[in-house]
Order: sequence, then C-alpha cells, then structure tokens
Amino acid sequence: MKILIAGVAGGISQKLALELVARGHQVIGIDVRPWPGAPSSIEMHRVDLRKRAAEDVFRKSRPQAVVHMATVAQLGANIEDRARINLDGTQAVFEHCKNYGVEQCVIVGRHTYYGAASDTALYHRETEPPHALGEFPELADLVAADLFAGAALWQQPRLTTSVLRLCYTLGPLGQGTLASFLKGRAVPMVMGFDPLFQFLHEDDVITALILALEKKVRGVFNVAGPQPLPLSALAHEVGRPVLPLPEPIIRMMLGRFGLPKLAAGALNHIKYPVVIDSSAFKTATGFVHKYDELATARAFKQAFPLR
Amino acid sequence: MSEPTQRESIEARIDRLELPFNARGIDPFGVSKKHLAVFYKALGFLYRRYLSVQCHGQENIPVRGRAMLVGNHSGGVALDGAMVVAASFFELNPPRLAQGMAEKFLNVLPFASEWTARCGQLTGLPEHAERLLEDDRLLMVFPEGAKGTAKLFKERYSLVDFGTGFIRLALKTKTPIIPLGFVGGADAIPTIANSYALGKLVGAPYVPITPWLLALPRPARCDVHFGAPLIFSGTGAEDDEVIMRYVDEVKARIAELIERARESRHQRAPLSLFTGGAR
Repeated sequence: MKILIAGVAGGISQKLALELVARGHQVIGIDVRPWPGAPSSIEMHRVDLRKRAAEDVFRKSRPQAVVHMATVAQLGANIEDRARINLDGTQAVFEHCKNYGVEQCVIVGRHTYYGAASDTALYHRETEPPHALGEFPELADLVAADLFAGAALWQQPRLTTSVLRLCYTLGPLGQGTLASFLKGRAVPMVMGFDPLFQFLHEDDVITALILALEKKVRGVFNVAGPQPLPLSALAHEVGRPVLPLPEPIIRMMLGRFGLPKLAAGALNHIKYPVVIDSSAFKTATGFVHKYDELATARAFKQAFPLR
Repeated sequence: MSEPTQRESIEARIDRLELPFNARGIDPFGVSKKHLAVFYKALGFLYRRYLSVQCHGQENIPVRGRAMLVGNHSGGVALDGAMVVAASFFELNPPRLAQGMAEKFLNVLPFASEWTARCGQLTGLPEHAERLLEDDRLLMVFPEGAKGTAKLFKERYSLVDFGTGFIRLALKTKTPIIPLGFVGGADAIPTIANSYALGKLVGAPYVPITPWLLALPRPARCDVHFGAPLIFSGTGAEDDEVIMRYVDEVKARIAELIERARESRHQRAPLSLFTGGAR
C-alpha cells in the first residue's frame, strides 16, 4: 500500500514510517522539519502541509492511505500558530484526500480532547463531548481539529476515516507531553491531588496505528493500553521524586521559571484524570498492548535516568 | 466480627480482595492497597470500638459478582456509608470493597480528592456507578443523597425522598439490590442544625452543628441489617410509575430493616468503650 505520513519527522512518525517500510509498504513523508538520516526507501518532502507544494505531493504520488500526525500539542507553542497548523493542516489533508482519490485517512488525535474536571467520570467513551474547555482554552484547536475530522465520516463517505484519540505516549524516545513533564529532576504535583495517568508504550502506539490502517477501521476510537497509574506512582516508577506544591503557588509559577503561561484550568490536567475506554478500538482491531504500565515506565526510566 | 477475622491482619484481608490489582497494588480505577490499609485501620477502630457496630444479615451480600447495597442515611455525616464499607470488608469472606458514590465537592478538596479516589469511593456520577457494576463490583448507594445526611437528630429514623436513578441502573445492569437499614449514626453525630452558610464557605453542601458544635462523632452503638436481595426485571427504560413502584418497594424494605435494627440495638448490652465488649 502507498501510505503518506503527514508530520513524518516526529519521533513516533519516523518509527511508524520505518515499520511500514519493513512490512513492504511504500511510504511518502511530508514535514517542514528535516529527518536527518531518513532511509532512501522513504520519499521525503520538506513542505508545509498547508501549502501548494504539499498538494503537489498528493497529486503526483496518489497515496492510497494518509496518516495525519502533523498536529502540534505543545502547550508552550504560540496558540494562534498552533491553531493554524492544527485546523488548517487538518482541513488541507481532507481536501487533498477528496481531490486525489485517497481511500483511507487516519487522524492521530489526543485523549485530552475529553478535558479534565472534578466532575467528569473515569473511562470516557467516544460518544462523550469534551469538557471544561472554557477553563482550558488552549485545548480548543485540538478539539476542533478532532471534531472537524469526525465530520469527514459523513462528508466523505467514500473515504475510510479513523479518528484516533490516543492516550499519552511514553518510552525511550521521550517525546510528547507526558514524557516532557516527567523528564525533569522532580515531578511537580498539586498538593492533595494525585490523578490517574494513562499511557501507551511507543511501540504499542505503532502497533495500534498499523492495525488501524490494515483493518481499515472507520469511526472515532479511543486508543489506550494498560491500566492507568496515579501520577505519584508513575513518578516513582520513572525514578523521579515528586514535588507537591499548594495550588496557589503553582498558579503563581505559571508563566515564570520556564513554565508556559497557561490558563489556571490547565492545572486540572495534573489534578484530575483523563482516562479513556478503549474497548471499541480493541474490538474493531484486535489490538493488544505488548508493554504493561510498569514495563512502559521502566523503558522511559532506562532511557532517561535521573542525573 | 468473627474470630478468624480478628486474627487476620488487615493487609492479609486486603490481599484477599478479589480486585485486579497490578504488581504495585493499584487497580484500574486507581484503588490502592497501600491507601486501603490505612483506611481500613481507621475504619476498623471506628467499627469495632468507637462506634461498636453490630452487623446482621451479611450473608445476603453476594460473595462475588455485581450487587448494589442500598440503604438509609442515619444522620450526621455519612458515617453509615463508612461503616457499611467496613462491614463489607470485616464481615464477608472473602472480604469485598464496597464502593460508594462520593459527594462531588470532595473531589475538589485537596487530600479528600486523593483519598476518596485511592480508596475506591469514586465521585458520584451515573457513569461511575454503571461502570463499577459492569465490572462486577459491590456498589453502595444512598438514594436519599445529601438530604439524608442532613437529617436532624429527631428525624434520624425517618426516610426522605428517594432518587430513582438507582432502580433504573439496577434494571439496566441486571443487578440485585441488597437493602440495608442503619441506625446509630445520629447518636454518634446528633445534628441539631445544619449551617448552609458555613457549608458554602468550606465548599460543602452544609456543615452539621452538634451540641458540641463540631461534627465529630462521640462513641455510640450502631446496628446495620442487610436484607434479602431484591431482583427486579426490566430494562431501565420503564415509565416513572413502574420505577416509583420499585423504589417504594425498596424504601419499604429499608424501613423494615431500620425497625429491626432499632430492636436489636435495644437488646444489646451497654456500651463499653475501648474494651471490645460493646456488643
């Protein structure tokens, strides 16, 4: 199968590309970032997904499937730039899919779509709406991109669209929101709160994405693996001490000491859990995680020991 | 409490809870063996000594599989809930973790948020209740809600209006209802008034005021009676009249059990604090 990966220079995307090539697929990569040392078997295009050059890649290559991983989730990024990349980029992907005969599109979204709040339940199902957006507007563009992608399910009935809401990723690559949070010398916590964190080993993420492609699943799916762990237990497993601070002090620190300036509602993500129910994806694809929560944390710890 | 139970350590009993704990003693809902040990030690003292709870009819609680314990609030704060959790742990073999639906304000308060979650007392949401039952757990429900804990001392044996959600959930998930009657909570925390203004200040629905002002329990005798399981058939989508009939049936059964608990309480020997002989 000819597969185009948008955002191919990211750590997980590179791994996915290499695995797909190893399985005999033809891979075309798009990214504005370089991928030094990309194998010659991967056709790499350093273009912006939202620009004409990216459309040219679709027109000339005519991929059968697209994996859209070119979204930005970093909270430190400029919110307007982020929104443009996440929304306009997703729109461009679906436009090109429609115009150039793509059969399948996998959108890699985030489980933080559901939001964190004191009155939301554990194990969100796909039918639930996002919560607490008002308190954490920085998530709005990712939520909008997710819902926009979901609309393709009825707007483009001939395109097999899979919207995946992936839980946090952890492993030796050390990329992503959770990994960045855990890499420091101590894990800051809001005193008196210890939410559950749900994460998937990087290799299991690759397995899940390949299953979504191969099984051609259509719909919106939560993707998670092993059971979640409380943040304090996770910190312990990755060999980091916790630093519990009273909430007013953490609020004062936002925007200072190298921390991003965020709405106070962002703290809800280290006060309350975002835990998803992934049973629909498992039923549709037969996905089984290879690494449990402790093995996943261990893999991260070995790659990023506390110095 | 049976003899073998008294000899067995709390940690050993926790090990016998039939829950899917991982290698670190944490289950998929975040229940932690470490936290449970502290929780049950405190509950054990309250249950055995301070409140001297006598439990009857515990054989009506299924050993495993989904079940819903449905009872009355006996006044004060939700001491009754805590004692039903203790009874499910100390009186059943194997022990079971009764999981209640915590008031939403608790999840906003530091430490209360952490401890309720680690001890399996999840925030009171219909989604949580349904998921726990689907997972074949023991759910504890007080259909009187916060109005039940707000009862004054003089209203301690009465029942206020019941919600109907628990019946719809029991029907939908095909769960047996184990009715229970609890008495004694109001003797431990006799509420003479509720301060809603103070409650607003601390983020709770109200703060009970006792003759000694604070809602701290004094030693008291409590009795809990579990009744035979009630099994209703249906889908949970029935008309309100049908549901109300089932609710009234459960309520009547609980009222009977409260009366039975009152009788057995009067027959007990006087309270002897810290001796364990308060039976």
